Amino acid sequence: MVSRRAALLGAGAAGGFALLPGTASATVELRDQVLAELTRVAPVDTGRVTLTIPGVAENGLSVYTIVEVESPMTEADHVRAVHILAANNPIARLFTASFTPASGIARVATNIRLGGSQEVTALAEMSDGSFWQDRKQVVVTIAACVDGG
Amino acid sequence: MALPKARVSMAETAKKGELVEIKTLMRHPMETGYRVDRVGKPIPRHIVQLLTVDYNGAEIFRMNMTQGVAANPYISFFALARESGDFLFRWEDDLGEVVTVTKTLTVT
Amino acid sequence: MSARHAFVLIACLLPVAGAADPLPSGSTFLGEDLQARQADPTVNPGMLWVDAGSALWTEPAGGSQKSCADCHGDAKDSMRGVAPRYPAVDEASGDLLNLERRINRCRTRHQQAEPFAYETDELLGLTAFVAHQSRGLPMKVAIDGPAAPFYEQGKTFFHERQGQMDLACSQCHDEHAGERFRGDVISHGLGNGYPAYRIEWQTLGSLHRRLRACSLGVRAVRFDYGSDEYLALELYLAKRADGVPIETPAIRK
Repeated sequence: MVSRRAALLGAGAAGGFALLPGTASATVELRDQVLAELTRVAPVDTGRVTLTIPGVAENGLSVYTIVEVESPMTEADHVRAVHILAANNPIARLFTASFTPASGIARVATNIRLGGSQEVTALAEMSDGSFWQDRKQVVVTIAACVDGG
Repeated sequence: MALPKARVSMAETAKKGELVEIKTLMRHPMETGYRVDRVGKPIPRHIVQLLTVDYNGAEIFRMNMTQGVAANPYISFFALARESGDFLFRWEDDLGEVVTVTKTLTVT
Repeated sequence: MSARHAFVLIACLLPVAGAADPLPSGSTFLGEDLQARQADPTVNPGMLWVDAGSALWTEPAGGSQKSCADCHGDAKDSMRGVAPRYPAVDEASGDLLNLERRINRCRTRHQQAEPFAYETDELLGLTAFVAHQSRGLPMKVAIDGPAAPFYEQGKTFFHERQGQMDLACSQCHDEHAGERFRGDVISHGLGNGYPAYRIEWQTLGSLHRRLRACSLGVRAVRFDYGSDEYLALELYLAKRADGVPIETPAIRK
């Protein structure tokens, strides 16, 4: 089992660099707080959003992530933005992708950093003011030779 | 000389109404600001914070980033082919450095 | 004996060249996602440095104000087939050159330009760009003639126990290749994808950077970038990688 400290070091302290002492980490509470700020405490439904992320990440420094949201993407009905939140990273909000009907499809892919095993949330904000989410658990492993070279 | 810092891969032509997949890569350390060097000195944060994409002058997509995005950011998304024209990709980091790439799409 | 019989007899007597199968590339031990990323140039971050090298290729340099292209033309043609032969001995000086040293020698000798330091975006870019022109071609270095003493030096190094951990390269990369080591599978240490994008580095890096990391890993002396020790080892590794396709820029963990 990977200790929390080791998991943090594995991703955040690559290349033999240590983390600044006192680097706090987001917690589930902080993630929920950010989520509440983003939604202005509106209810969040589960569905319409698909977060594709490996169940076991080969390396926390680069975790391939795809978010796709079902939507006709018309002026009247489209996805305004997608936010990715983490429950155990130094910062709870990893990125926000903002779409327009000209996007054609609300889909974005990138590589994120995960400081340890944790729950990742994809929160979609619709043009009608509704919010939808998908959540996935990711186990972050350490590569073999964290050799600092 | 200034070395190129970003690459964009997308089709050169598309039919009207077709979805065009756009893949972008940018050479940037996305330094988190949490690391210290070998003598214990903090390494300052240096990250790309914003990517914007304009299609014929109108913004169609943007991505706000934090340290949670991996180094040398890969970001892919789509655009609906409407009319022929230029796509302007603009990355801006927290030191105010701006990198741009322009791509042309011919829509038939 | 008829001509046809003679032909068959002679064909049977010819030694079978390259008797051993090529060793598996380190890519085969990556997960599917990373293998796919490596194979796709629109997604592979190493291509950012290939782009940098491509720009430098046509940039006038040094006192000569000549670019690489002025002598070598289109790299797609002139550089294809070059990387598989490196490291190689430079006839004029008798020195063993890897691609980095060859590029710098061109800069100083032909362009009257300063050499680029290891791990600069410039040298990584040019090295990755040149090696990339041979992507898919099998490694094929010469170890005879003037290369022989360097090869022997590298072979000795590879099998010598070193450092606090008293480990020889061969112990992991021959005897335990293919076995799991924490989150990884131990590769054969072929180096056929370098300069490579190593996720732990969060950037592209040279083979010598990787060798220095190995030395650090067993708590042994870390030789300098471009040192004779690592150059000789690089030649030995290149021969071990005989027949393995070049993958530059590879992705590694």
